[in-house]
Amino acid sequence: MSTPFYVSPQQAMADRAEYARKGIARGRSVVVLQYTDGIVFVAENPSRALHKVSEIYDRIAFAAVGKYNEFENLRIAGVRYADLRGYTYDRHDVTARGLANVYAQALGTIFSSAAEKPYEVELIVAEAGEGPEDDQIYRLPHDGSIVDEHGSVAVGGNADQISSYLDQRHVDGMTLGEALKLAVESLSRDNNGGERTLTAEQLEVAILDRTRPQQRKFKRLLGSQLTRLLADGDAGAVAAEDSSEPGSASSDSGSDSGSGSDAGE
Amino acid sequence: MQGAVELPHGTTIVGVTFEGGVVLAGDRRATMGNIIAQRDVQKVFPADEYSAVGIAGTAGLAVEMVKLFQLELEHFEKVEGATLSLEGKANRLSTMIRSNLGMALQGLAVVPLFAGWDVGRGKGRIFSYDVTGGRSEEFGFAAIGSGSVFARGALKKLYRENLTESQAITLVTQALYDAADDDSATGGPDLARRIYPVLTVISDEGFRRLTEEEASEAVRAIHERRLQEPDGPRAELL
Repeated sequence: MSTPFYVSPQQAMADRAEYARKGIARGRSVVVLQYTDGIVFVAENPSRALHKVSEIYDRIAFAAVGKYNEFENLRIAGVRYADLRGYTYDRHDVTARGLANVYAQALGTIFSSAAEKPYEVELIVAEAGEGPEDDQIYRLPHDGSIVDEHGSVAVGGNADQISSYLDQRHVDGMTLGEALKLAVESLSRDNNGGERTLTAEQLEVAILDRTRPQQRKFKRLLGSQLTRLLADGDAGAVAAEDSSEPGSASSDSGSDSGSGSDAGE
Repeated sequence: MQGAVELPHGTTIVGVTFEGGVVLAGDRRATMGNIIAQRDVQKVFPADEYSAVGIAGTAGLAVEMVKLFQLELEHFEKVEGATLSLEGKANRLSTMIRSNLGMALQGLAVVPLFAGWDVGRGKGRIFSYDVTGGRSEEFGFAAIGSGSVFARGALKKLYRENLTESQAITLVTQALYDAADDDSATGGPDLARRIYPVLTVISDEGFRRLTEEEASEAVRAIHERRLQEPDGPRAELL
C-alpha cells in the first residue's frame, strides 16, 4: 500500500474553492434587484425550459448559477422544505432565512466533505416583505457561507464587475421598468468593456411582486409583456396586465408556476 | 348510531357546468346531531388555479384532506414546472379518499365533489366520489351531502344546456335554497347575519370566489321571488 501524499488542510480547501469558483465562472450571470413593489430576477438564459430562477414559496424565490443538475437538486430540496414547513405549521412560518440556513448547511457539508467534490453553484434566496425595508436577499456561495445582501446582487461568471456596476447605479425606490433596464445594462457589459445587446428571447425574468393579490407573489415575465417593459420601461404595464388576468393564471405559461389561489382564506 | 362520536358534519354541495366553465357552491352549516355547530363554515375550497373541491362528511378530516390535496398540487407544479391534468388531479383525490376507507367504515367518511376547468379540452368538468375512492364524472350537474337529494331534484328540473355563467350561479343558489328548505343539516342563506352560500366559478380565467356583495345579490334575487312563490320556479308539467 502506498502512503498518500501529505496535503495541508489549507491547501486542500484552497484547491476545492478554486475548483468550485472556476466552475461557476464559466456560466452566465444572474442579477437580483430590489424595486419599489418587490424584487426582480434577471438571468441571461436562452432556454425556456431549464430555469435559473424559480418559485420556492409564497414570497420566496430562488436564483442560481453553476452546474444545472446540482442547483436543480438544491431547488427541489428547497421546495420540499418550504412546502413541508408550510403544511406542518403555517404558510407564514416559511422564511427565506430558514431556507438560506438549510442551503448553507447543505453546501457547507458538501464543501468540507473529502469524499465529495464541492458543488459548483452559487445561490440567491430572496423574500419579498410587506415593504421594501422588509425584503431579504441572501447570497450563498459554494462553500456554505451566507451573505446578507441589500439593494442589488450579482452571481456568476462576471459577478464582481456586474456588482460594482449595479452598486454605483442602483437606488432605493426604483420602478420595475427602471430596475429591469439597469439589470439588463449590467448583464450586457462583457469582460473587456464592450457591450452586447440582450433581447427578450435571451433573458429569463421573474418578479416577486408584493402588490399581487394572490398569495403566491412569484411571477415570470414572458413574451410581449417583457418586450414591452424592456422597450419603454413602463412599469404600469405589469400591474395593468396582472389585473386583467383574474385569478393570476399566467395564461401564457405552460411551465410557469406563478399562479396561486387566494380566495380560500 | 349507538356510542358514535358526534362530530360536525352535514352539507349540500352542488356543481353545474356552463358554456365557459363550471360553478361549484356549498351551504355554510355544520351540525353535530341536532345542534348547529357552526353557521359560517366554508366547505368549498380552491384546490389550485383551475380546480376546486367541495366537501361533505366529517369536517375535520375533510378539511385536512383538502389541505393535503392543495399542497400536493402546488408541490407538483413547482417541482415539475407544469400543472397536473384535470384527470390527474381527480385521480389523485381518488387515492386520498381510498386511504381514508378505514375511518369511513368507522363512520368518519369524507366524500368530496371535485370540479375544474380542463385546460386541454377547454371545458368545465365535475367528478363525484364514493367512500372507496370510486370516481365518476358527472355531466351537467351534480350534488353531494345530506341535502343532495333535494338539490338534485331542483337541478334536474331547472338545468338546461348552454347556461350562461350568471344563470349557472342562479341555478346552484336555487338548488341550495331547496336543499336547505327540506334538509335540517343544510343551512339556508342567513340574510340577517349576512351569511350566504360560498359560490365559486372556475373558467379559463381560473378560480374565482364570488364576493360577499355578489353572493348577496344572487341570494336576494331568489329570496325576493320566493316571498311570492315559496317553492321556487315551476317546471312544465309535460
